[in-house]
Amino acid sequence: MTATVPNSVAAEAGEPVRVEIVGRMEQRRRRAAVFFLMPTVIALLLVAGWPLVRTVYLGFTDARLGGSEQASFVGLANFGFLLSDPAWWTATWVTLKFATASVVIETVLGMVIALVLNAHLPGRGLMRAAVLVPWAIPTVISAQMWGWMYHDLYGVVNTLLVGLGILDAPRAWMANPDTALWAMVAVDVWKTTPFMALLILAALQTLPHEIYEAARVDGVHPLKVFWRITLPLIRPALMVAIIFRALDALRMFDLAYVMAGANAATATLSVYARQNLVDFQDVGFGSAASTLLVLLILLITGILLTVGRVRLAADAR
Amino acid sequence: MHAKRLVGRGLFYLLVAVIILYTLFPFYWAIVSSLRSGQGLFSTALIPSDPVWDNYVAVFREQPFAANILNSVIVATAVVALSLMLSLTAAYALGRVRFRGRGTLLMVVLAVSMFPQVAVLSGLFELIRWLGLYNSLTGLILSYLIFTLPFTVWVLTTFMRELPKELEEAALVDGASPWVTLTRVFLPLMWPALVTTGLLAFIAAWNEFLFALTFTLSNEMRTVPVAIALITGASQYELPWGRVMAASVIVTVPLIIMVLIFQRRIVAGLTAGAVKG
Repeated sequence: MTATVPNSVAAEAGEPVRVEIVGRMEQRRRRAAVFFLMPTVIALLLVAGWPLVRTVYLGFTDARLGGSEQASFVGLANFGFLLSDPAWWTATWVTLKFATASVVIETVLGMVIALVLNAHLPGRGLMRAAVLVPWAIPTVISAQMWGWMYHDLYGVVNTLLVGLGILDAPRAWMANPDTALWAMVAVDVWKTTPFMALLILAALQTLPHEIYEAARVDGVHPLKVFWRITLPLIRPALMVAIIFRALDALRMFDLAYVMAGANAATATLSVYARQNLVDFQDVGFGSAASTLLVLLILLITGILLTVGRVRLAADAR
Repeated sequence: MHAKRLVGRGLFYLLVAVIILYTLFPFYWAIVSSLRSGQGLFSTALIPSDPVWDNYVAVFREQPFAANILNSVIVATAVVALSLMLSLTAAYALGRVRFRGRGTLLMVVLAVSMFPQVAVLSGLFELIRWLGLYNSLTGLILSYLIFTLPFTVWVLTTFMRELPKELEEAALVDGASPWVTLTRVFLPLMWPALVTTGLLAFIAAWNEFLFALTFTLSNEMRTVPVAIALITGASQYELPWGRVMAASVIVTVPLIIMVLIFQRRIVAGLTAGAVKG
């Protein structure tokens, strides 16, 4: 079959009639592709492209929610206010701390779970099923479930820690900004480690058995096998998983909103932006905050990609 | 040596047990708490002594929870159907036809799926109000396309790319148009992929919170996550935890059953969507 061979190559093969048919079909397919893509492209322009452009634009205006008067252009004023707002800086630190802590813990824990799932032992079907349960539970519901477990008077977390003698008195976990942040990290870790574990497991399952056989025959210590063979081989997939999770953690909204409400000490940048936009009706300011969050996320993604690639390049040598 | 291996095995199963306990306990505790009422709720006994169904009845009596569930079902089903229809043809074009800008288009699709939702919030809010869709399910369906559509396009493209090209060539040589090739030759082969992708998109839409919170106003228009997040008692300190847990269990049990039935496909779909990025 020559249908997918590029025209020039087929022409050299000396089949002019066939080439003409194939060429016409290619043309037809290409024309069809345009029509096939049109609905999706239009839909994405409508629900993603246009709102994004408008949000960025509104960030440079003094638009207000429900305001009937025309919004006027205010240049960079909103961004100036943002950078001088202590609450914005708090939200930025909360977001960065939350994302770093949860992604690091999820990566380590996800790796452990993936390695356990990858060991060919009975009971792993059960474990894979168990691991999927937190993933399937909506974030809002996870937040409420854990909020109840964190309850200062009747929460099971306090009962457990006091019962084990780790704490001598129950604590109000969500009242203190520091413990509240860690409490949110714990929920995020619980909910999203399965995703991490499954991605790592998929990478582990592509590794060739022969290397491990050879290492075992040579009596290499399992820890050394992990650091020298497994980790370098799965690093590309691991980087992708880490970037996915980091992007997700940086835009976190549900957990902070449900568990801590509008509490400024634990608000993430998404909570901060929505609060200004909807609760304070300040569309210009809220849009500027959204735009800055996007820039921050782009910056961090860029850093992660660069770091990932630099290491990959080093491996190639 | 034998003893050492036994200890190793023991430790391994202890680890498995700890992981399973960690992943399952919070949900178990939600079920236990939902079956308690009044003062019983403050008990920390691990097994409920006399389960009561008060909370489950109250959730439906005290608020429009049945309407909330229906809203979630309508929104998630509609947006998944729409996304799958749109992305089926798009995936054919992106997965099987060579044209200039294909790689760029795929990257744009991936970038949109990774975008923070809050980045389009004010623009989308404006659009939805301008279209007169504020506080309506249609507005939610439209806005959810922003995360379901890129996802379904991306995953279906990877599935589509792997179908054997001989099939398509045979159809094209027989004079079938690309549309006929897609609907008669590929579609029958795509069902497993459509089910998996649809299921994952459904879960994402079912769980969505930010847009549902922002673009709806009345209790009757809320979806399940918003309804559960906003259940309140008389004051902030009197959150009716029993009711919250009952509502949580009601909407989570079907989801978990679905996930367990389709677990192999879900794992395949998740990793197809991510690893190949």
